[in-house]
Amino acid sequence: MSDSKKSVIFHLGFLGLLFLLQFLLPAYHHGNLARIMVLATYAMGYNILFGYTGLLSLGHAMFFAAGMYGMGLTMTHLGWTAGPAMVAGFLAGVLVSAGIGFLALRTSGVSFMIVTLMFAQAGFLTILYFGEWTRGDEGFVIQQADRVFAGIDLSDPTNRYLAALLLFGLCLMLTIRLMQSRFGHVLIAIRENEERTQMLGYHVHHHKWLAVIASGTMAAVAGAAYALLFGYAGATFASVQYSIFPLLWVLLGGAGTALGPFIGTLFMFYLIDLSSSLTTAYMLIAGVALVLLTLFLPQGLVGEWRRRVMPWLT
Amino acid sequence: MAQKGDAMADMITPHIATKGLSRNFGGLIAVNAVDFEVPKGEIRAIIGPNGAGKSTFVGMLCGRIAPSSGEIMFAGQNITAMPAHRRIRLGMAYTFQITSIFARLTLKENVRLATSWRWNGDETAIQHATLAALEQVGLADRMNQIAGDLSYGHQRLLEIAMGISQHPQLLILDEPTQGLADSEIASFVKLIRDLGGDMTILLIEHNMNVVMDTADKITVLNLGSELATGTPQDIRANKAVQAAYLGETHA
Repeated sequence: MSDSKKSVIFHLGFLGLLFLLQFLLPAYHHGNLARIMVLATYAMGYNILFGYTGLLSLGHAMFFAAGMYGMGLTMTHLGWTAGPAMVAGFLAGVLVSAGIGFLALRTSGVSFMIVTLMFAQAGFLTILYFGEWTRGDEGFVIQQADRVFAGIDLSDPTNRYLAALLLFGLCLMLTIRLMQSRFGHVLIAIRENEERTQMLGYHVHHHKWLAVIASGTMAAVAGAAYALLFGYAGATFASVQYSIFPLLWVLLGGAGTALGPFIGTLFMFYLIDLSSSLTTAYMLIAGVALVLLTLFLPQGLVGEWRRRVMPWLT
Repeated sequence: MAQKGDAMADMITPHIATKGLSRNFGGLIAVNAVDFEVPKGEIRAIIGPNGAGKSTFVGMLCGRIAPSSGEIMFAGQNITAMPAHRRIRLGMAYTFQITSIFARLTLKENVRLATSWRWNGDETAIQHATLAALEQVGLADRMNQIAGDLSYGHQRLLEIAMGISQHPQLLILDEPTQGLADSEIASFVKLIRDLGGDMTILLIEHNMNVVMDTADKITVLNLGSELATGTPQDIRANKAVQAAYLGETHA
């Protein structure tokens, strides 16, 4: 069996496990896992650019928020139903990432980080400025009556879990498919040695731009789904904090691995959840754990797992 | 096979040519108004003392460095303003003076990246070209190793394999034998001789034995200008060249 087939089967098996978990988990963890799967989808989008292409963005919250507000605003102000509103979120993601990518890719390295950070801050301030429609920091609730897709009530925990799993599973398999394609191999080549890649005949800039669009759009779809499934959109999700989160999740889980973003999100979520039940200084415990992990598992949890056990993982 | 008309055209139009090609870095003139012509299928060595402008010159040919003035023609086309990746797709291949490979990928993946765009997604052809190129440089038995684990000499050979896997019309090699063992140099010389005739080869080289054994003609650069061009015998006998270059090492 080829390595790529093994990898596909392994990940499908993992999705099967997540499907079965819904019958075993108590309500609290069941709800958590639905949320983690949506946030992990955001992190997977981030991973396409950071983990596979080697471009460090500090502004992905603007893509997450583009999807969230593309969905939420059309629904709240134009009265669109869930289906078209999700499409609006998706298109907002494509447009914003194509535009920002076009401008930000004129820079590289540290400048790219700064420029994406600044664009995201501008996006955050724009949301605050148009507070009349966006309700700024306070945000707005998506009414339960609107959170229905094809007759399915997405505010119901079971449906919500399945919807989150469907989104996560599709994006996971899409990522694997992408990274096993020739396009994905060129992205990895750019990460490894940009100049060599160009001198082998590849239009590096164009590939990077497409990577920003793929990455930003996946983040936007996650943002739209988050608002739809959990019923709230707010400016916090566009703040710098939400640009740092996916970087942390991906680093912990393993940059450039398909499953790393999910494992990193899961780990961080429960690290904070468990430590905050022990002490009010929970960020201290979380911080120490993070330092230890980056010291001893620099390739992240899945990255180390791949190195030691399954070198064929995508 | 080339048609009769094409063969005629090949003789008239040089395969790669420059006209008044120059490059300044601030006040420093690295390459100064070089006129250069190489016919198809020739192996041309470019030699000259350190700082003569050799690497800058071929850097402009392949598109890594933009010229300050002058023109570059390749296969009858003016490519002066063409971006590097499109020049590669037109049929150039380039190996770096300082080895530049994908150190964390396997040898097979390295060569595969070089050649995969050439075969319209035909997987069999890609695999065939990958394996053939690795065999030509004698690295086929190591194809599943990580490139960064190879010795420096083998990394150089890998980079040459990446170049020839593209079946280029013009192969530019910037100091390919630097860091190779004597036995590896011998097989490199044989490889270049085998390739010559099919493809035009530009070879920047410091090892005079390699130059004399492979080159059809030699161009000598000195202080950014062309000092002489001729057969290895002509160049060996050229007084100006001896003074500028060979004299330094033999004196």
